[in-house]
Amino acid sequence: MSNNKNTSLFQPELLNEAFKQSFVKLNPKIMFRNPVMFTVWIGTLVMLFVSLWTLFGATGQGSFAYNFIVFVILFLTLLFANFAEAIAEARGKAQADSLRKTREETPAKLENGKTISSAQLKKGDVFICVAGDVIPTDGEIIEGLATIDESAITGESAPVIREAGGDKSSVTGGTKVLSDKIKVVVTTQPGESFLDKMIALVEGASRQKTPNEIALTILLAGFTLVFIIVTVTLKPFADYANTPITIAAFISLFVCLIPTTIGGLLSAIGIAGMDRALRANVITKSGKAVETAGDIDVLLLDKTGTITIGNRKATNFYAANGVDQEQLVKAAVLSSLADETPEGKSIIELAGINPSTIKIENPRYIKFTAETRSSGIEYGSTRIRKGASDAIKNLVEKADNIFPSEIAERVKTISSNGGTPLVVSENEKVLGVVELQDIIKPGIQERFERLRKMGIKTVMVTGDNPLTAKFIAEKAGVDDFIAEAKPEDKMNYIRKEQSEGRLVAMMGDGTNDAPALAQADVGVAMNSGTQAAKEAGNMVDLDNDPTKLIEVVEIGKQLLMTRGTLTTFSIANDVAKYFAIIPALFIASIPALKGLNIMNLHSPESAILSAVIFNAIIIPLLIPLALKGVAYKPIGASALLRRNLFIYGLGGVIVPFVGIKLIDMAVSLFM
Amino acid sequence: MNTEILGIIAMFGITFLLAIPLGKYIAKVYGGEKTFLDPIFIPLEKLFYKISGINPSKEMTWKQHLVALLSINLLWFLMSMAILMNMSWLPLNPDGNPSQSADLAFNTTISFLVNCNLQHYSGETGISYLGQMWLMFLQFVTAGIGMAAAAVVFKAFREKTTTQLGNFYNYFVKSCTRILLPISLIVAAVLVFEGTPMTFNGKDTITNLQGDTVQVSTGPVAAFVPIKHVGTNGGGFFGANGAHPLENPTYLTNMVEMIAQFIIPMAMVFAFGFFIRKRKFGWMIFGVMTIGFWLLAAPNIVMEMNGNPAIANMGIDISQGATEGKEVRIGAAASGFWSIVTTVISTGSINSMHDSSMPLSGMNELIAMMVNAFYGGVGAGILNIFIFIILAVFISGLMVGRTPEFMGKKIEAREMKIAMIIALAHPFLILGGTAIAAAFPSVGSVAISNPGHHGFSQMLYEYTSSAANNGSGFEGLGDNTLFWNISTGIVLLLGRFLPIIGPVAIAGLLAEKKFIPESAGTLKTDTSTFGIMIFAVIAIIAALSFFPALALGPIAEYFSLK
Repeated sequence: MSNNKNTSLFQPELLNEAFKQSFVKLNPKIMFRNPVMFTVWIGTLVMLFVSLWTLFGATGQGSFAYNFIVFVILFLTLLFANFAEAIAEARGKAQADSLRKTREETPAKLENGKTISSAQLKKGDVFICVAGDVIPTDGEIIEGLATIDESAITGESAPVIREAGGDKSSVTGGTKVLSDKIKVVVTTQPGESFLDKMIALVEGASRQKTPNEIALTILLAGFTLVFIIVTVTLKPFADYANTPITIAAFISLFVCLIPTTIGGLLSAIGIAGMDRALRANVITKSGKAVETAGDIDVLLLDKTGTITIGNRKATNFYAANGVDQEQLVKAAVLSSLADETPEGKSIIELAGINPSTIKIENPRYIKFTAETRSSGIEYGSTRIRKGASDAIKNLVEKADNIFPSEIAERVKTISSNGGTPLVVSENEKVLGVVELQDIIKPGIQERFERLRKMGIKTVMVTGDNPLTAKFIAEKAGVDDFIAEAKPEDKMNYIRKEQSEGRLVAMMGDGTNDAPALAQADVGVAMNSGTQAAKEAGNMVDLDNDPTKLIEVVEIGKQLLMTRGTLTTFSIANDVAKYFAIIPALFIASIPALKGLNIMNLHSPESAILSAVIFNAIIIPLLIPLALKGVAYKPIGASALLRRNLFIYGLGGVIVPFVGIKLIDMAVSLFM
Repeated sequence: MNTEILGIIAMFGITFLLAIPLGKYIAKVYGGEKTFLDPIFIPLEKLFYKISGINPSKEMTWKQHLVALLSINLLWFLMSMAILMNMSWLPLNPDGNPSQSADLAFNTTISFLVNCNLQHYSGETGISYLGQMWLMFLQFVTAGIGMAAAAVVFKAFREKTTTQLGNFYNYFVKSCTRILLPISLIVAAVLVFEGTPMTFNGKDTITNLQGDTVQVSTGPVAAFVPIKHVGTNGGGFFGANGAHPLENPTYLTNMVEMIAQFIIPMAMVFAFGFFIRKRKFGWMIFGVMTIGFWLLAAPNIVMEMNGNPAIANMGIDISQGATEGKEVRIGAAASGFWSIVTTVISTGSINSMHDSSMPLSGMNELIAMMVNAFYGGVGAGILNIFIFIILAVFISGLMVGRTPEFMGKKIEAREMKIAMIIALAHPFLILGGTAIAAAFPSVGSVAISNPGHHGFSQMLYEYTSSAANNGSGFEGLGDNTLFWNISTGIVLLLGRFLPIIGPVAIAGLLAEKKFIPESAGTLKTDTSTFGIMIFAVIAIIAALSFFPALALGPIAEYFSLK
């Protein structure tokens, strides 16, 4: 393997494991799970007996060497197919192991002061972590707050804050506490974490075939049956035509015709789908979830963090007429002193004043409430308020003061530009407006455009008022939005779309997201989210990256496309194989049929060998494609079908003609 | 361009032009809309429904449809056996023809019941006028059965989600009275004017040019022949079928009979599009069928017109084409054209001997029946292509990165299972039957008249014709033996009812599923790209299943001709 990409596909240590597994999987009980390859397994066994039979003097079946070569090629076909599955499993396991390794054998300090190994932790145990500790296992903080370095899992070096209560209470095993002290309750039994479940899925023991995989297996089994009929009936046909056909030729014909290429690669494709999800740091709870992701029609995305960068930021101070700009800035800063929200902090940031330099006597902080919809500070006889424009307007007008018209105008302008205006008042007189703006993530428009071409509707969920929401929705290019959203709005939206037959995906982290996550067809919970959210969803995103949904959808589509295109390729291959084998079968007794030997193959034996060799080596040649997946291009379904039909359908007809001819030229050198 | 070719173009063109309005009309009939024949038939139907205690507006599920369909067929089977075995003493037997033996009656009944009309008797001597009229009745009702089953499939895709698929008896009776009967009447009028007899009198006596008196069989021929074509049945009143001068007297009747058998299968495709309000989808299927049809028909016309090089080598003039086994008044081109029309559609009436077709013409006739979905029989054609559509949807749906769906319904394991069983049944019946015949020469291949590749084709043709419910034959085969009667009889039954049960079941299952609206990511099934996909699936399944058999039969014969 010359380039880097391929090296990463086939790492030497994985290859060793996969080679071993290729043989282990020859066990008929395992082979039986795959009807196509199981028939090859039987054919191989028959060829083994035929080879031995010719060795001990059977006549009319060709030479021992010829029969033995056919046996070896069929045996290789089986190994190749097993290898495809084994390498996919090995890759998935390696990826999962590297995630799991970080949390093995970490000492855990229990509440009672005892220290035990992380492996001994049971669900419900409570452990304590202080700065510098590695968190021994997944859990939920029940007390305290800490900054945590999650780079071991997410690769993201910036530390995050996790605290008890609220939606950021989960901690992941293997991550490191950087500051403070937390008390954590263990939420999963050992061996039952999502990662463990995922590893089990990949390993095959608990791997269930997905509905689509079952349907495809039925199709492939059907084709296999057709060719059993074709091959079996050929025997009396040939007898009628006085044409003896060797067992090797029958079995070769059969193995070449049944869809071994897709049959051999099918489970590898499914595992590789989960692998790719894991590589994107998404743990899937079932193979079906990945498959469903490809079908998603509607994507619910939170505005904050997905469409816009983090939270709103103060971008401007607009003083009222006759008010000094500095007075406004100072009042705004004072009102934000006790404001822990990112918006409040951004006001201080924009003002460029260090809060610790402000000295005021006996400040009383007024908390934000849903009724007053404003917050502020009072000291001495000064009452400063900061809040929504209508709330301040009420306050001002109650005191018989006038709400200045230029401020009303400004508020409107800010709102319609997608910003949020905060009006500041002092002693019930308006000082001015602070403009908060959302910053739309760079490149997000292109991603939505891509989704639209895939046929996926994007919906932005936000707590903003409809005006602001509309502006951002338009600017970002989402198709719809839910403004002033409450948790049940999400749920209702999902239900409505589903009742019209659409499949909905959403991402969430909070406990109040859990019902919606469960209701959605694909629910991705952030790993930082609550345990309830993680239980409710069918995927967990270790990166806590809200745009991850988009990748998940593409992984799902790739998975289905890879199945479809390789099925087409596999079946299209049969045309050339027929033209290789049929003339070879009959040419001796019906010379007229040499007209069908359009590839001009060397001899009947070389033709049959070339066909089975091609049939065998096409499997390993396609393993990289099966593992990486067929590239998805959002060019519309019909164009995509045309493209894939052209590449894999027409290609599937032509490639084997070339391949078999080349192999025949090589084989004929030895015959 | 000679007149022969012009005649073919005219036949196809007229059929096509008539099929579109007829399709619209058929969609109206199944949609329960008013038609111009209602004043005549509604009172009659009401009376019959009252007597039989049927409520024609009661909605049925797909299972209830199948129960009704199968039980009414069982009833007809019993009635048919009774009539055919007692014809000799029953009325309307002026020629004094005998009753049929049990095994012959069994064979005749089954072949007419499955809309195939494989005949092991000769109409002139083997059946009374009462028997002929009973068979005529079967020709009407079995065509009606096929159409009613297709209407159930139509209905399944008209509504978003439903288990209510209309009433079987309603569809069935309306197929007969609103569609089959009026068209048959028009055809009959043309036939009567062109000289086809319509009488209950016995044999007529004529004096020929030599002065001898000749007994000529007549009967209610003009009533019988139209439905034989309109219902794509194919069973002749006389032994010689469409080649008999009283069944097909002139080039005009030849054209009318051709159009008559062609028109409903074609119109049903348009009707599907109109009925489910997706006209473009109807046109797409029509396109696939038409391309498939001409890919088979055009080479046959050319090959038959070019004639046999081996005969030319003997110094014999072949400028009239391959004339062996053909009627001079019809000609090589029209015979070649008919040979494909009658095989793509499950009529199986013949106007030339297919046994004498050129080798690759014979192969095309075989392929036409192996596919059995390029137009196909009335009703059955739509049902057959439906299976191919499901398979094409499944593979192409995956290729565009979605789990496959058709008309907004997900195709899952259960539907695939049924579709695969039906797709498998056809090669299984054809290859299995032929294999048994080849494996037991004492009962099977003993019947062939030409040893070698052609003899193999004869056997293959017989089972292909049976499985496709076609009824035509490579008539060199001496098939009136116990083995052939029984084996083809079984193939006939399975070849009829499996392809009805399967599609109705799939359509019923899909109709129950949740409807998924179309998005930009949905595979559109009314595009030419999807048409190519269907065509590829048909070609691949037919080619892959039958290539070895065809190689040993017609292809080997073709290569040895040179």
